[in-house]
Amino acid sequence: MPLFMEEVQKELHAGLPDVKLRRVLNSLLLENPKDLPRVALFLKQSPKFRLDYLSSVTGADYLDSLESVYHLYSMALKRGPLTLRVRVPKNHPEIPSLVPIYRSANLQEREAFDTFGIIYKGHPDPRRLFMWEGFEGYPLRKDYQQEDVDVLEAADITWLASRGIAIPEDMKAKAAELAAAGKRALVGKPEKPRN
Amino acid sequence: MAFTENKTEVDETLRAELASKGVIWTSLDFLYNWGRRSSVWPMQFGLACCAFEMIAAACARYDIARFGAELFRASPRQADLMIISGTVTKKMAPQVVRLFNQMPEPKYVLTMGACAISGGPFIDGYNVLRGIDRYIPVDVHLPGCPPRPEALLHGLMELQKKIASQEILKAEWYQKGLKREFPIPELGPHGLVPKFNPEVWQPAKKDPRREHYGATILIGKKLKAPDLEHAAAVKPAAPGAV
Ligand code: SF4
Repeated sequence: MPLFMEEVQKELHAGLPDVKLRRVLNSLLLENPKDLPRVALFLKQSPKFRLDYLSSVTGADYLDSLESVYHLYSMALKRGPLTLRVRVPKNHPEIPSLVPIYRSANLQEREAFDTFGIIYKGHPDPRRLFMWEGFEGYPLRKDYQQEDVDVLEAADITWLASRGIAIPEDMKAKAAELAAAGKRALVGKPEKPRN
Repeated sequence: MAFTENKTEVDETLRAELASKGVIWTSLDFLYNWGRRSSVWPMQFGLACCAFEMIAAACARYDIARFGAELFRASPRQADLMIISGTVTKKMAPQVVRLFNQMPEPKYVLTMGACAISGGPFIDGYNVLRGIDRYIPVDVHLPGCPPRPEALLHGLMELQKKIASQEILKAEWYQKGLKREFPIPELGPHGLVPKFNPEVWQPAKKDPRREHYGATILIGKKLKAPDLEHAAAVKPAAPGAV
């Protein structure tokens, strides 16, 4: 019996011959992100697979590119999962939204946007999900730099001073030094990855 | 306020002896504190997994009612103990401080679990506050992940000891000019503003954790993405399984 993924690949090849696919590990990678809604709709409607349930949308960071990974199941035929990947460059991470086809994509795409900054075109409500509005950056990207929460910055000093809270001189001096250098207090990462 | 044992003027053994003869001799502090410590009203407020241990402690088996603290109030206005049971995320921290401000005096805070004390397993997370003591004063720290219900009972007993040691004349909430309302942090572009309240908490001059690990964040710099194309695909266990 051939792998589920191989069956799907064959069927897609017959049904949508212009869609370019590639096998990566146990998943199918769509070469062109624009094909995604077409492929998803085809798989959802094809009587052979009836992949009617999108269980997860995941973001992944591969340093120069971002990926969105989809896991599809068939509740009707009790089959799955089929893993689809879409790869986009980091400087232009736009992927068509799957919300019109699978409603379960709604919150998960928002989460992937929130943490990885993948923009889902056509999403009905493209806001952050977990982080608050006004948060800058995408915290699960590999290049995200976390703030050092033990060092006060100029904004903290102004905030505290405006509420009449006593601030030790060394903290004030450190904040002024950082502000003069135009830097933020960030946590350092080790040069070599720890294992 | 430094922790001291109950400083009532009456000798404990003498009091017990007199009580056995039907004479009650006591001090106002003792009576007042006895009433307060025997009926602590915690706030009904859970943040993460530790909350379930708190719930277990309130149920019949562990029965926090034996210690007089079974009346979990759903409003901060009616509570005098805040059990911070679980992870305080940065998004939740302003609400926690606001709830604390809304509680009437005298009020106490018990942090339950590693998360509420220091961030616990999520200390390096971008989204978790490293300990609620950065913004509000904490009376009892209760370590564990999660602490068992017995530990919560022990924490409550420690709090009762603290309550018993307070004197009406010197109690902080009767003092003039003592700040017991704490500014509520705001959500900024990179985290909370301010990062801590220096009147309540300041970072340790010496940080053994940082010294030990070299850096606060344990993950390393990733220089190379994994090569998925040439990695071996995992074969499914049985052909019919997929
Ligand atoms: S200390 Fe452990 S059990 Fe308690 S909230 Fe944190 S992770 Fe959960």
